[in-house]
Formats: sequence, C-alpha cells, structure tokens
Amino acid sequence: MAEILAVEGLVTLLGGEKRFLRAERPPVRAVDGVSLELREGEVLGVVGESGCGKSTLGRTILGIQRETAGTVRLDGRVVSGVDPRTARQMRRDVQYVHQDAAAALDPWWSIGRTLDEALVINGVGPGEERARRIDRVLRDVGLDPTTKRRYPHELSGGQLRRVTLARVLVLAPRIVLLDEPTSGLDLSVQATVLRLLRELRAELGLTYMFISHDLSVVRLMCDRVAIMYLGRIVETAETAKLFESPVHPYTTMLLAAAPRLATGQGLHAAAIHGEPPSATAVPSGCAFRTRCPHAIDACAVTVPTLDLIADGRRVACHRWPELAPLERV
Amino acid sequence: MAEALLHVDGLRISIPTDDGLAQILDHVDLEIPKGRIVGVVGESGCGKSTLVRAVLGILPRAARVDEGRIGFAGEDLLKLSPADMTRRIRGKAIGFIPQDPFLALNPVFTVGTQLLEIMRWHASDGRAAHRAHLVELLRAVQLPDPDAALDRYPHEFSGGQRQRLLIAGALACRPRLVIADEPTSALDVTTQLQILRLLRDLVSRFDVSMLFVTHDFGVVAQLCDDVMVMYAGQSVEAGPTAAVLDAPKHPYTQMLIACHPDRAQDLAGIPGSVASPLKPPSGCRFHPRCPSAKPVCHGPRPAQVHVAEREVACVLYG
Amino acid sequence: MLVFRKFLRDVSAVIGLVIVLLTAVVALFAPWLAPKPLDAHESHPLLRLKPPSAEAPFGTDNLGRDVFSRVILGSRAALTVAVLVVSGAMLIGVPLGLVAGYRSGWVSETLMRITDVFLAVPQLILALALAQLLGPSLKNAMVALTLTYWPFFARIVYAETRRLKTSVFVEALQGLNASSFRIMFAHILPNAAPPIIVRATIGMGFTILTAAVLGFLGMGATPPDPEWGLAVSESRQYLPDAWWFATFPGLAIFLVVFGFNLLGDGLRDVIDPRLRRSR
Ligand SMILES: Nc1ncnc2c1ncn2[C@@H]1O[C@H](COP(=O)(O)OP(=O)(O)OP(=O)(O)O)[C@@H](O)[C@H]1O
Ligand SMILES: Nc1ncnc2c1ncn2[C@@H]1O[C@H](COP(=O)(O)OP(=O)(O)OP(=O)(O)O)[C@@H](O)[C@H]1O
Ligand SMILES: [Mg+2]
Ligand SMILES: [Mg+2]
Repeated sequence: MAEILAVEGLVTLLGGEKRFLRAERPPVRAVDGVSLELREGEVLGVVGESGCGKSTLGRTILGIQRETAGTVRLDGRVVSGVDPRTARQMRRDVQYVHQDAAAALDPWWSIGRTLDEALVINGVGPGEERARRIDRVLRDVGLDPTTKRRYPHELSGGQLRRVTLARVLVLAPRIVLLDEPTSGLDLSVQATVLRLLRELRAELGLTYMFISHDLSVVRLMCDRVAIMYLGRIVETAETAKLFESPVHPYTTMLLAAAPRLATGQGLHAAAIHGEPPSATAVPSGCAFRTRCPHAIDACAVTVPTLDLIADGRRVACHRWPELAPLERV
Repeated sequence: MAEALLHVDGLRISIPTDDGLAQILDHVDLEIPKGRIVGVVGESGCGKSTLVRAVLGILPRAARVDEGRIGFAGEDLLKLSPADMTRRIRGKAIGFIPQDPFLALNPVFTVGTQLLEIMRWHASDGRAAHRAHLVELLRAVQLPDPDAALDRYPHEFSGGQRQRLLIAGALACRPRLVIADEPTSALDVTTQLQILRLLRDLVSRFDVSMLFVTHDFGVVAQLCDDVMVMYAGQSVEAGPTAAVLDAPKHPYTQMLIACHPDRAQDLAGIPGSVASPLKPPSGCRFHPRCPSAKPVCHGPRPAQVHVAEREVACVLYG
Repeated sequence: MLVFRKFLRDVSAVIGLVIVLLTAVVALFAPWLAPKPLDAHESHPLLRLKPPSAEAPFGTDNLGRDVFSRVILGSRAALTVAVLVVSGAMLIGVPLGLVAGYRSGWVSETLMRITDVFLAVPQLILALALAQLLGPSLKNAMVALTLTYWPFFARIVYAETRRLKTSVFVEALQGLNASSFRIMFAHILPNAAPPIIVRATIGMGFTILTAAVLGFLGMGATPPDPEWGLAVSESRQYLPDAWWFATFPGLAIFLVVFGFNLLGDGLRDVIDPRLRRSR
C-alpha cells in the first residue's frame, strides 16, 4: 500500500504564557515527536488515555493547529511550516470530524445551510451543483433529505454524527481524521455509525485515522494501531499482532485493563501501577517509566526511539529486546 | 440464593412535563442479595438514574410513584418520610458514589471538612473518632498518605484519587448498600480497573451489597455478580452475569449484546429508535423494534418468567 | 416555543415589555395622543402653574403649557435618543469587540486598552465633558452618549467572542478553511446576540436616564423642546408649590427606565442559549 500521508518528528506545544510579575507558565508538550505514516485505503487507529494528545495530533495534522517542529507530507509533498490558513489550503484532501458532534455545529444554522456553507467556502458552485452534492452525501450517510431544514438541537446523537460526517464528505476528501467517532453514543447507535464508516470507506475509497480510547472498537475497525502515551507514540503494529502480543509494557497494561465482553475474566489478573502523570510534568527519559514494572535506571536518562522490530512493528522501549522474543531489523 | 437486601417490585414512576406525562419507569423489578454486586445496564435515557434516585429518595419534586414498592431491610422506602430518609437511610444505611468525581467535591473546602460533615450528620461519636475512622477508610481505598490527605483541597487530587475519596465518603457511615451511578465513566481504563478492583475488595471486606449503574457491558462482565438489563423504563432481563451475557434470552438483550464491538461482526445495530417516555408503546415497550414481535406483545406487559437461571419479561418464554 | 412560554411566565419581564410597548405606541402617535400638541412650543402666560384639573390632568408649567401633553410629546425625544444612541454605540462597539476578541496580539490589546480607558472614566462625567466641549444641544448630547456607551458593547462582544473563538464549531469552521470575516460575522455574531440584546435593552433605559440628567444640567435638550429632564430642571424654582410640574416628567423617566430594566432582566433569563439547546 502506498503511503499518502506521513508525519515526522511532529511536536506541538500548547498554552504556556509569560505572566506579568508571576511565574511563567510553561507550555504543554501535547504532541512530542510523533512520526507516523498513513497508507492509502487503510484505517490507522490512534489509541491512548485521556489527555495524551490524540486530538492535538489530529488537529496538527489537519493544520488548524500549527506544529512547533516536524514535517507533514501529503503524497510526498511537504505541507508544513506554513500558517494555518495556508496549511488548510494545501491539505484540502485531509478533513477532520470532531469528537463532540453537537458542539461542532453552529446552533443557529440549519443542517442544509451548514452543508452548503462547506461547499461555498471551498468554492464549489453553482447552486444546483451544490444542492446535488448535498442530496447525494445525505443519502450516503443515511439521512433523510428533510434533515436539511432541521437544526442541530432537533437531532439525536447518531444523526449529529452523520451530519458532521456529511459535512466533510461533501468536500470529497481522501483522508478523514475521525476523533472518537463513537464517544457518547449508545451501543446500538455506535454499531450503526461504525457500519456506516466501514461502508463509506469501501464506497469512496477513503483513508481513516481513527482516534479512540475504546480498544474493542479499535480492534474491530482498524488495520493498524498506534499507541500513544503522554504525547509520544510508544508502539505501532498491525491490529491482530498488537492485540495478540503487545510488546511495550504500556500496551500490555492498556490491553489488560480494557474491559472486554468476556465473562470469567479476573479483575486481578493485570498489574496496574499508579496513575497517568500530568501533561505538565512529564517524567524524564521514557515517560512511562514511573508506572512501568520493568523500568531500570537507564529509562530515566534517554527518551527511547521508536525502533522498527520484526514484522513492521515499531516499539519505543529501552528494554524491548528482553521483553519480546523478536529480532531487531 | 441469599436473602435480598434491596427488593424493588413493579416500580412505576411518572413525571409531568410541558409536553405531557412522561412514564419514566414502567414496572421495574430488581433484587440485590446480600454481599453481591448487581449491575444495572441500559442505553442512555432508559431510566437507570431515575431508579437510583427512587431508591435514594431524591426523585424530582414533580415525580409521582404510581405503583410498586422498594423493600430495604424489612421496610418500604417509599413509605418513609423525607426526614426518615435523610436521617436513617441516605448516606447512612445506603451510601452513594456519584458519577463525576470532578463535580462532586466542593473546591473551597478541604476534603476532610467535607467528609467529616457527612459523618457528623449521621453519627454522634466525637470528631477525633470520626477522623480516625476516615483515615482508616482512606487507607482502605489505597489513597497515599491518608492522614495528610484530609487537609488537602479537591484540586490537589487526580480524577482517580477523587473517586477514591468519594468511595471512602460513601462507606463512612458503615452502610449496608452502596449505590454507584456510572462511577468510572469519567476515568481512564487503567484507573477504571483500579477502582473496580477496589470496589470488589471493599464489598467483601465491609460486607456491603452494591448497585452498580453503567452502560458498559465490559464493566459488568468484569465486576458484577448479577445484571439487570433495562429498556425504556422496563426491566427486561435479570440474572447472573455469566448466564445473561453468554446466552441472552430477551430479544433486546440479544440484539444489544450483538452490537458490542467484541461480538459484532456485521454491526447490525437495532432498527428504529428508543421509545419515548411520553408516548410509550403499549405492552412490552420493545415490540416496535423487535424482530420476533407478535400481536400479543401489544397487550398487557409480559410477566417475568424464570428461564435458565434468570428472569425474563418476554412472551417468547411464557 | 419554549422561549416564549418561559418569558410569559416571568411576571416582571412581561410588565417591562408592556411598559416599553406602551411607551413606543405613545411616542409613535404622540402628536395625535396629546390633547394640546401645539404646547410643544406655544406658551400661555395666563395659564401659568395651574394645579392638575380636568382640563390639564398633570397641571400646567411656568409658561402655562399643558404638562400632560408635554410628557407625551417628550416620550418621542426620549425614545429617539435611546434608539439612536444605542444603535450608534452598537455600530461602533460590536465590530470592535469582534475584531479584538477574534484576533490576538497587539491589535486586540490596543483596542481593549482603549476600551478600558473609556470604561474607567465615570460615564456621566465623560458625557458631561464631551457635551460641554461640543456645546449644549440634544444632538451633541446624543453624540456624547454614543461615545461613552460603545465600550460596554465592545466589552461584552469581546468576552463572548473570546469564549466562542475556542468553541468547537468555530474550530470546525477553521478546519473547513472558512475566512475570519465569515466566522466573525456569520457565526460568532449571532451566537453572541443574546447578551448584546440584553445589554441594548438595559442600555436604552440607561440612555434615557442619562439624557434626562444632561437635559437637567442644561447640557442636553434646549428650551422650549418638550424633554423630561429639561422639564424637571425648569421646575426647580417653582418647588414645592408647583409639585406637579416636576413630578409627572420625573415619573415618566422613572417608569420608562424601570420598564426597560425589567425587560432586559427578563430577556437575560430567557435568551440563555442553553435553553435553546435543551429540548
Ligand atoms: N489550549 C491548551 N492549552 C494548554 N494545554 C492544552 C490545551 N489544549 C489541550 N491541552 C493539553 O494538551 C494535552 C493533550 O490534549 P488533547 O485534547 O490532545 O488530548 P486527547 O488525547 O485528545 O484527550 P481526550 O481523550 O480526553 O480527548 C492535555 O494534557 C491537555 O490538558
Ligand atoms: N426531571 C425530569 N423531568 C422529565 N423527564 C425526566 C426528568 N428526569 C429524567 N427524565 C427523563 O426520564 C428518562 C430517564 O432518565 P434517566 O436519567 O433515569 O436515564 P439514564 O438511564 O440514567 O440515562 P443516562 O445513561 O443518559 O444517564 C429520560 O428520558 C429523561 O429524559
Ligand atoms: Mg480528544
Ligand atoms: Mg444516568
């Protein structure tokens, strides 16, 4: 599969300010040296606990958040190092669907006008052409044409997801960044949204970056998974392999902690140590060392690199050779 | 089976609204045996929190109990006066763990002040004794440095630690039943597992029973001994967790579990949408969406029948 | 209409609305409603300072003019001032607030510091100074009031814009590559409308009061125009004997200002956007 989007050494600092007569507030390294690639037609899952920088990574790749360092390449062309408006112009093939669908829509605008606006902004005309595209995308996402007249507060959670999806699909993107596309949805609605996402990908030939913290959903939907911890990628692998034999101690812990619909699982099987540190006080060296059962002194000194180990799997851990019976390539 | 500590029988609750009478709970049955953790699962808006509020006696003022009883330790809680509920039941015999640990603590008072306040309400022994008991509890919920913790403010604790504090608060007056309304939905999975473990240990150590509300079947599978599934204000299936999750009987339970990503391969979903409490379908509320619906389903609500270790309210098993 | 029903349940807001609507009707048809419309400018020395009677229900003033007619005619001036001043202030304050709130850096800093300076000086004193500078006339009083009132709008719009700028739907629009102009005027402005409307309503009452004070101090309307503040000022030498001369224009000021404040407070509760979103 050909690579269509690649990020290298992406760093995004958020917040931080010099305050008059008070201690300066340091910025948060929300994304801290992330390298990833997206291959044409795949679904890449990005998994991690709350606050680890998943959304910030998505917003930086989209371009509305300017990266502090690193490059983004789209089809091999560098599209980073520019201001957000230019970045959005260069990255029209990339679109982002927000975590909170209800909040992502202007409450004063009807759905029809909202969809039309997306096309107007991107210079699609004339009116009939836009109307045709809107009708088609509404059908694609399984909404009734009468939805155009409704307002966001009149729609259910599942319908709102479809609207936000329709708003980016109407622009015919190639890559869609889905930020927690099923958070806050009921199980039955979640199932229909996931099916829709699957069908749309097959029909329209889309590539997804699927941000989520629900491992069950990720396992079902993704081809490859990247595990994130405090702004860094700690492991990437094909989904089946990752779930079968996690290498990074954090991946192991996360998989063990995730509730699964299997009866007879022991609550006490997995060892969970501590709680995630705050993003403003990331430990030196390997960020996970404070909770890692295998941490040694060396872990506090250098940040581990994301090494390619066997079968396309990458791991950022000083001790992976001892933890995984795999060969370094 | 052990005798039941909490026994909800045919509870019906309605609330008048601007758009008419909302029949929020329609015949809910629930039984919590001593020393067991019972999970209540259901989709959003199916009445889980309303059931909890009814047991705690904190229903909205406008709410009407049309029918049913809530038996707790030999009394009908619905017959008790509000003063009795406050003095003897809520916070004392029944502890409560709220959903959002970030909202449940007042940021301007120290943790100790807030927790001791609860105890002062319900017990008469001295402040020093209370404090010693609290420190004991904080140690039990594995909060680091429990003695100093009492003099700190809520913002100095992480989400998981706050939930531990609230759990200690719920246990402070030596309750017999603890009710938790989605206590881990604001937490990360790793923290969630730690909290679930803690709850499991505390239930056996302090000899309490627990009502655990959630919408996550995975959490039910991890934690609960028994489970009760609700749909649109009706209890549809209740029984031991393993039996219900591995071989659901009610069509709604079957379809809902089939939506779980761990089970779903074709992601079928459930056609239609949840019945509104304003104009609920007659009889079994699930019948408009049910693939095995028959004309009788429109009729009177199906009675609960005992099938394969569990209670099911469905005509298929009548 | 949930909003409408909720509003009707709020008794004081409805009273405010009724007062404001009545004032508007009176102002609109003042020349026809006033029994002696010509008393705006004509004087009748023979009828000086007559107490209230069937003939002149509010009595007559120092020049023998019917106080009742002049109170009715005065409503026109009051409302005109209110509407013009508040619209003018909005025209200046709203765009400034939007730009200052949406941009960051020195543009925003400069705009807001200027606003703060205006806000720091007590409004009446600023208006008095400006009116003094421009020369006493109703027109200049209006200019002065407009120049003192816009910072309130700038502040409110600034705060709302700051809040909405980081909201998810604005971010979504940025993601679609919408221009700043579109985001500010087509999306942020309507969402910021509720507090602006509330402020404008309360501002109307406030402007009427300040205009009356300016008239009273001789910095506003000029004789013989029928203006409430001016009338109260003229009545001073005849108090306490000719109590009606001061009382009725004063009551008119009080009632209208009160009405606008009640209405504004009621609107504040009703146009809470959370109410729109709840079902
Ligand atoms: N504007 C901001 N200023 C400073 N810090 C911020 C800002 N926005 C986010 N952060 C911090 O950056 C980190 C990453 O946030 P982000 O929203 O990307 O996390 P996330 O992985 O998407 O979390 P969630 O699963 O809760 O959505 C967090 O620690 C957050 O507190
Ligand atoms: N005070 C009230 N007045 C009117 N309707 C109410 C009131 N409280 C709750 N409801 C309605 O009762 C139903 C059940 O609400 P409840 O909060 O018990 O659901 P829930 O199962 O706890 O949902 P969730 O999972 O979203 O917390 C919902 O349809 C809700 O809209
Ligand atoms: Mg996020
Ligand atoms: Mg609830």
